[in-house]
Amino acid sequence: MAEISVNIQRDGDDPRPTTARKDPNTCPTCRSHYRADELVALLRVCRQCGHHFVVGARERIAQLCDPGSFVEHAADLRSADPLAFIDLKAYADRLTDAELATGLGDAITVGVGTIGGSPTALAVMDFGFLGGSMGSVVGEKLAVASDLAVARGVPLIAVAASGGARMQENILALMQMAKTVMAIDQLRDARLPFISVCTHPTTGGVIASFAALGDVTLAEPDALMSFAGPRVVQDTTKERLPDDFGRSHANLRLGHVDAVVPRSELAATLARLLRLFAGSIPEPVVPAPPRAAPPSLGQRLASLFRRGASRG
Amino acid sequence: MVRVTDEVRRLRRRFQERGEESQIWDAVLLARHTSRPYTLDYVGGLFSDFYELHGDRAFADDPAIVAGIGTYHGRPVVCVGNQKGRDTVEERIRRNFGMARPEGYRKAIRAFELADRLGFPVLTFVDTPGAYPGVGAEERGQAGMIASSILAMARLEVPVIATVIGEGGSGGALALAVGDRVLMQENAIYSVISPEGCASILWKDAAQARKAAYAFRPTAASCLDLGVIDAVVAEPSGGAHKDHERAIRLVDVAISAALDEVLALAPRDRRLARRAKFRRMGVWGTAEPDTTASGLAAER
Ligand SMILES: [Zn+2]
Repeated sequence: MAEISVNIQRDGDDPRPTTARKDPNTCPTCRSHYRADELVALLRVCRQCGHHFVVGARERIAQLCDPGSFVEHAADLRSADPLAFIDLKAYADRLTDAELATGLGDAITVGVGTIGGSPTALAVMDFGFLGGSMGSVVGEKLAVASDLAVARGVPLIAVAASGGARMQENILALMQMAKTVMAIDQLRDARLPFISVCTHPTTGGVIASFAALGDVTLAEPDALMSFAGPRVVQDTTKERLPDDFGRSHANLRLGHVDAVVPRSELAATLARLLRLFAGSIPEPVVPAPPRAAPPSLGQRLASLFRRGASRG
Repeated sequence: MVRVTDEVRRLRRRFQERGEESQIWDAVLLARHTSRPYTLDYVGGLFSDFYELHGDRAFADDPAIVAGIGTYHGRPVVCVGNQKGRDTVEERIRRNFGMARPEGYRKAIRAFELADRLGFPVLTFVDTPGAYPGVGAEERGQAGMIASSILAMARLEVPVIATVIGEGGSGGALALAVGDRVLMQENAIYSVISPEGCASILWKDAAQARKAAYAFRPTAASCLDLGVIDAVVAEPSGGAHKDHERAIRLVDVAISAALDEVLALAPRDRRLARRAKFRRMGVWGTAEPDTTASGLAAER
């Protein structure tokens, strides 16, 4: 698969510093600068501060799938602009520009591949394509990904990166929330698991539809995962927002995700989950250290007693 | 670059013919009219008896959504709807201007599941500017509850008739609108975001709401063209607020007809037909083989 460079275009409601808008290779948190190839090799994680940069769909697939295993489906679908929508710029022009910038037909890439040797269907969003917004094509392709999973009897993994529904398709975009939820329901009927991976940002109509329905839901560090963006909440309620409002670790604390997984561990974590779901015994990634003899009952009671005594 | 069908061309033409900016803005104002009949007005007019259920059994009762068991033309039904407050500021605030929190959707799900268990048809009434964007609502899982409510409706084997009676605002509206038949009153609106929200994001100015509404046309006629709703329900001349009784009678006729159609299907077929109906929603084309991204780049 050809590597492509992704222009990060932030259409979303991102409250973080916007250095990345000017230079996608400079860390917005600590200002460390990277060469393009260096950043790819680092999985787009800042070596200095751990900031997770946005990753495009193709690069994400390369990070996760076994080399050469991914086969793309429904690549020829394109948004058709049925509303002939024009705001400050025509939607048709926005689509052309996004395709040129990303080399992608729309904000999601779907197909089948293997991760750690286990087959899976995969749907990966691209924030660089109109803020990862969900319109008719994203909804249809997510449904195609569910069809692929059902036809092959494999799980579905969706990696979300989206500001929400695509306003330029208005009501049709809203309907994709129902369509994608029903795609997940189809997996449930087929007794196949769905793993949702939420990356920065996963908001609006995407977090309120398929992305919220993972049998296992993982999130990348510091990913924004809220229905309403922080600015909207601030403006509507005049409430003081917690500093970590909507961030993945807050979502973990509040019980909305199963784990926050650093990008360097994501492929291994997904491989492990796929093996668990397949019912096979996971092979240990690292050889287990030799185990010390288990403590005797007496030793365990003694340690309990000591802890109890020290509490007084 | 993109091969589109005659159907898409026809839709684009229809949109260009769909009224002037002022007409579309009139629908937005009528949909939000504070004298318009609200969910509980329809409940009072359509059901010979209605018993309201309260609470989500986890945290609170959300007055922005009403749910209950009613008798509709002699038949037991479950009814769920967004509810705006009327008359006093206190009542409007108590109903949170129709903006539900996660507890409201959890109450709705509870009612949907009851209906499915007892075999009662579900009637929903949609009228909300959107789900409430508050810190607490977000912390208690607003996004997940909207998704769960959509899923709960998708799974029902009983008939589901949804009627958009005012503002169908975003995911907060869709969470109650996954119907076998979706009806929409003539002057109701249904959109992915409010015209103001759309204007502030795309025009960077909420004051451009009229322009945004014109660009994305949240009207019943447009929703019908796009295959998102099944029928437009006429309103008394001047709007539903002019004559509540007549507005309710017109909605009654439309719901009865839709319910009869859906009752004729077998329970499992209903669920699969509903899934197939939403699967068809959306309009897209395919790439011309010679104008993929690389071809486009070469052209320039
Ligand atoms: Zn950094």
